[in-house]
Amino acid sequence: MAKSLAELKAIREKKINDINLRHGKDGYRVVVGMATCGIAAGARPVMVKLMEEVSEKGLVDVTVAQTGCIGVCRYEPIVEVYDTNGDKVTYIKMTPEKVSKIVEEHLIKGKVVDEYTMTVIDGKIIDPTIKG
Amino acid sequence: MKELSLHILDITQNSIRAKATLVSLTIIESSIENSISIVIEDNGIGISSEKLKNITDPFVTSRTTRKVGLGLALFRAAAETCGGSFEITSQLGVGTKVVALFKRDHIDRAPLGNMADTIVTMVMSFGVADLMYKHYYNDQTFAFDTHEIKETLEVENINDPEILQWIREVIIDGLEEIMEEE
Repeated sequence: MAKSLAELKAIREKKINDINLRHGKDGYRVVVGMATCGIAAGARPVMVKLMEEVSEKGLVDVTVAQTGCIGVCRYEPIVEVYDTNGDKVTYIKMTPEKVSKIVEEHLIKGKVVDEYTMTVIDGKIIDPTIKG
Repeated sequence: MKELSLHILDITQNSIRAKATLVSLTIIESSIENSISIVIEDNGIGISSEKLKNITDPFVTSRTTRKVGLGLALFRAAAETCGGSFEITSQLGVGTKVVALFKRDHIDRAPLGNMADTIVTMVMSFGVADLMYKHYYNDQTFAFDTHEIKETLEVENINDPEILQWIREVIIDGLEEIMEEE
């Protein structure tokens, strides 16, 4: 790994200069449910797609991490997006395709993608496919 | 789970929840011995001998969001249905070790699958915890250590898209290299 580590360091040093030029963007925190239920339902490709999109779009202030079981296993894979105030939007039954749209609409433009969200009415979760 | 690499991802999440700062993953594939062994060891809080007795019972879990814990049960079943074995040992305050052995050519053995994506996802979910990954394929070895990356880059957290993309390539290339037929 030694030789390629030197490569990585060079890439990073170049990048650090770029990052310093881009500040002031809203720092969203995106977490993916990564318990057994999430992983079995396809959380890994969702996580990897988030990483790819965030990298591709250069969203330096967005962090992507994991969370445990959210408690609604039948709606996995689940992605939660927290804004800087700690307010949360929960997206359910996620796929890599849905990730692209959420990155484009929510993380870049700040618009929640309603059709993928989880809605709770009177303590009951309403499936987005039958919402409205 | 469709891939052994998904079981690996799942089991290592237990380590993180157990506050491990170091997770070591060792995969030993041998075509001569017709076996694949997967060893996951952590320095987390450990499991009491009381709890360890029925840890692979699906209705035993440390979580509070639901009453079942399937991760270890599924991993155990995956190993045992293809002529392998499963063992978990643990010591409170020291850590936990999971060993799963698979008969390599067994018809029911799931493929190892996408290790690069599993490692990338592990790194993204590990926070500041480190991963030491060693993969043996017959007489060839590939080693990957996040501590080494952190030292070289002089950072504490490597959950960064740029670094992750690089890690993904390193894993893909590294595994391809050791699995090449001579």
